[in-house]
Amino acid sequence: MKPQGIIDGGARNRRKFLADTARTACSIGIAGLALAHLVRGAQSRPANAVRPPGAGADDRFLSTCVRCGLCVNDCPYPTLRLARIEDDVAVGTPYFVARDYPCEMCDDIPCVAACPTGALDKRLTSIDDARMGLAVLTDKETCLNFLGLRCDVCYRVCPLMGKAITLEYRPNRRTGEHAAFIPTVHSDACTGCGKCEHACVLEEAAIKVLPGSIAKGRLGSHYRLGWQEKERKGEALVKGITDLPDRMPEGRP
Amino acid sequence: MNMNRRDFVKANAAAATAVAAGMSLPATMKEAKAAAKSAGDGIRWDKGVCRFCGTGCGVLVGTKDGRVVATQGDPDAPVNKGLNCIKGYFLSKIMYGKDRLTKPLLRGAGGKFDKNSDQFSEISWDQAFDVMAEKWKAAIDPEDPKGATKVGMFGSGQWTVWEGYAAAKLMKAGLRSNNIDPNARHCMASAVGAFMRAFGIDEPMGCYDDLEHADAFVLWGANMAEMHPILWSRLTNTRLTKPGSEVHVLSTFEHRCFELADNGMIFTPQTDLAILNYIANHIIETKAYDKDFLDKHVNITKTVTDIGYGLRPNHPLEKKKTGKGGKLTKIAFEEYAKAVSKYTLDYTAELSGVPKDKLLKLAKLYADPKKKISSYWTMGFNQHTRGVWVNGLLYNVHLLMGKISEPGNSPFSLTGQPSACGTAREVGTFAHRLPADLVVKHPKHRAAAEKIWKIPDGVIPPKPGYHAVLQNRMLKDGKLNAYWVMCTNNMQAAPNMNEEGLPGYRNPKNFIVVSDPYFTVTAQAADLVLPTSMWMEKEGAYGNAERRTQFWRQQVKGPGASKSDLWQLVEFSKRFKLSDVWSKAVIAKSGYGADKSLYEVLYANGQVDQFPADPVKDAAGNVYGNDESEHFGFYLQKGIFEEYRRFQFEGPKKGHEMADFDTYHNSRGLRWPVLDGKETLWRFREGYDAHVPKGAGMKFYGKPDGKANIIFAPYEPAAESPDKEYDLWLSTGRVLEHWHSGSMTRRVPELYRTFPNAKIYMHPDDAGKRGLKRGQEVKVQTRRGEVLTRVETRGRNKPPMGLIFMPWFDASQLVNKLTLDATDPLSKETDFKKCACRVVKA
Repeated sequence: MKPQGIIDGGARNRRKFLADTARTACSIGIAGLALAHLVRGAQSRPANAVRPPGAGADDRFLSTCVRCGLCVNDCPYPTLRLARIEDDVAVGTPYFVARDYPCEMCDDIPCVAACPTGALDKRLTSIDDARMGLAVLTDKETCLNFLGLRCDVCYRVCPLMGKAITLEYRPNRRTGEHAAFIPTVHSDACTGCGKCEHACVLEEAAIKVLPGSIAKGRLGSHYRLGWQEKERKGEALVKGITDLPDRMPEGRP
Repeated sequence: MNMNRRDFVKANAAAATAVAAGMSLPATMKEAKAAAKSAGDGIRWDKGVCRFCGTGCGVLVGTKDGRVVATQGDPDAPVNKGLNCIKGYFLSKIMYGKDRLTKPLLRGAGGKFDKNSDQFSEISWDQAFDVMAEKWKAAIDPEDPKGATKVGMFGSGQWTVWEGYAAAKLMKAGLRSNNIDPNARHCMASAVGAFMRAFGIDEPMGCYDDLEHADAFVLWGANMAEMHPILWSRLTNTRLTKPGSEVHVLSTFEHRCFELADNGMIFTPQTDLAILNYIANHIIETKAYDKDFLDKHVNITKTVTDIGYGLRPNHPLEKKKTGKGGKLTKIAFEEYAKAVSKYTLDYTAELSGVPKDKLLKLAKLYADPKKKISSYWTMGFNQHTRGVWVNGLLYNVHLLMGKISEPGNSPFSLTGQPSACGTAREVGTFAHRLPADLVVKHPKHRAAAEKIWKIPDGVIPPKPGYHAVLQNRMLKDGKLNAYWVMCTNNMQAAPNMNEEGLPGYRNPKNFIVVSDPYFTVTAQAADLVLPTSMWMEKEGAYGNAERRTQFWRQQVKGPGASKSDLWQLVEFSKRFKLSDVWSKAVIAKSGYGADKSLYEVLYANGQVDQFPADPVKDAAGNVYGNDESEHFGFYLQKGIFEEYRRFQFEGPKKGHEMADFDTYHNSRGLRWPVLDGKETLWRFREGYDAHVPKGAGMKFYGKPDGKANIIFAPYEPAAESPDKEYDLWLSTGRVLEHWHSGSMTRRVPELYRTFPNAKIYMHPDDAGKRGLKRGQEVKVQTRRGEVLTRVETRGRNKPPMGLIFMPWFDASQLVNKLTLDATDPLSKETDFKKCACRVVKA
């Protein structure tokens, strides 16, 4: 039996419909009628609309994407869709909603390969380098693992488990006997594929893929993390520092 | 709306965030506040126990309008203190899958049985039992001195205590057949065999408290991080909070436990036998063993070797074997030392593929008299063609050091099913067992059972019946013809489905009945499917891995015409007169009339029916239904439990004593033996265990001389190893999200979405070598069949080169078409962890 939801007859028809919509949208674009509208739509793209791998920043992407729909056509999963007028996303552009169906992170990145204009950046050759967004554990109050339960579904479905999401152990002080396993996202590895958001078992996901620009903080340029700097350099940044022994009672260490 | 300033700020902040994130905020905040405030939401809460694994987490079950609407971890349950894993979180949904069976279904159109039909028709219970009784009676010859060898039953570690007891009694005391075996045969049989050989009494000496007492943990073929999630969080907490504590993990592939491991070891399948002998060798060579303990409390023995692989007798491997059985021979310590001396560090590292420094670190840990060690295992040890041996080799290590039966020092066999211990093992649902550790082949044990059961001697057949794998073989061979599968999905679970299971069920000579809440793979292969009430739809009791017996009351009614397994077993017994099942001579001896029904002899026997069908009440005065009391007119569950207790107090083996029925309804579970109103946490040690006399210090009282056995057994190869044609090891197993073949968990949408379909976990280089990409569809092939699946090279399990792992929960990818039905010749448990396969593009 084929896994659920993988291309079957019905899905193919849907795909064809989407491709047709794309073509229509494209011709509208060529007619120059809706460009302003499209760009305005792009700026208000809902946070849960995630671009395909290699799309990069929206202004660059929107100026190079010709709304041909080929990336959607070549996506082997029901992930990518083309925005329709009612979607609140620039019409005819590809996107996905992780909660509905996440990016499966194909090794050969067929969507990027299909892109005729480079709107999906051809320099993206390893899917692990994709940055579609960033997973954020948005609600610690309902995340089952924060509550001490053993869910950690987001962690186990993460294609970069142990890198993009790790579990940080913390004693559960309420029970005194159990550890809580805190899911922690690492932006240096998270591709924003959305598997975690898709699989979150809560009625409303506690972990969500957000655009990097919304999700990510930035440390002040005036400050450095000492321990990281030292690790990076492999030695103390300042040399020649000495210390004197502490005076202690005789016979004590 | 009443909102203080802080709430107002919070709500606004959340709304602002939601707007920024381009989302509309669900009304959760308001609802959550409302829910928190309203204790008067009309939900009745009562104590229950989780339906899934052997951990036995306590839960509270919330019922409203005849439906379980919510559950919560019981904050006062000692095992889990309010926590659950992700399966436990969804307990309230498992009874409400859309395809619950509500009427008996007979294969054939229009209510007429047709073995060759591919459709089922709805019939009444009366019609169902009519057909069944006809088939059963046709298969039974009351005068056959061997008993009813053509009827059989396959049961479950998910049965409640009384269901297992009622089934064992119906089969052994009523129908005179020992052909009853539980799915625990696939799961715990090797552990049982080793307990009996080493200690003469089943089940662990320690308890979960060891998770806090131990200084070090060693996992031998147990993926606790996924399979015992709550126990794993306890172990993790100890590792986090106790200075100097350490975790060692051994497995044939890397799994989630390795993340916590201070010493993670991947070994070549089957070489765990060698590693354990190496540790024993290290302990002896460094003279670290506890000589005083050995002198006082241990006998040293060796077992017969080269005993085959439990395959059909005509299999080439069975013809090659030179030994048979599990006879033990006493040997001197020096002979034991010599036997293990072959397992040097060099030899063992070479054979197992584990680096020497890691092996040495592990051996030094066991040999350190100051370190308290708890060792855990499940299917890696038990599903092993040398499962009893390998369990025993670990006991050898603990016994050599005297690290046993005290807080923190604990070799501990974890269980997979919620009542593998409480039901499958304790009430005698195995083909060779009787309640409370008695066995059918022992004349005194049979006599004790017959006395308690008020049946004449000679009713219980002395020969063990067909075990799980043998049942499927006998079905295929047409020697087992009337067969009832209850509370388990054995078509999906049993090995070598293509060659044994399916041909057995579909053999025209056989009539197969399956009782289940859902239309499982097994039900689909049946001739008659009986709709079954489950979990909170009946009064129940489970026994977890630490000997804890836990009760619950019936919370709701089952859907439609569904009935509990208990009802089905007891009601079916009404269909038999003694003359249908017992010989004339036995009936004459019994003093019962030939027309007396089995129901009257087994259940309405003056013992089981002695308690009135009064309303079941909790301490708050809430009244609960009991469908069995209502139907039979007496408190069936209580009657059975109290009769079962007579085995514990009047039987020939002590050590299984339990408290009375009512005490369990008022407790959060008690660890047996329960004597003088006290639980037992550590067995065999003075002070902790009431059966150990003052001054003895220790006593392994399961054995006549009070001593445990060290049992030497060598490394012997697996039944089937990879070769040129089939070049990979195939190991099957489970995942955290799915349990019990997925029959319940796959019907919870959230769990389904999390892990919808099985896949093979494969090393990226193994995939690359075969030109396979991650996510690609492939065929996994063995000498017995093939399965379509997809390749996963990332994620939770990381096999080494040369091995793939595939979970078996997926009804659409039946991995047991691939597995080999090689079993441990001693425990008859299948090795689901080792056979040879290849993977090709689909």
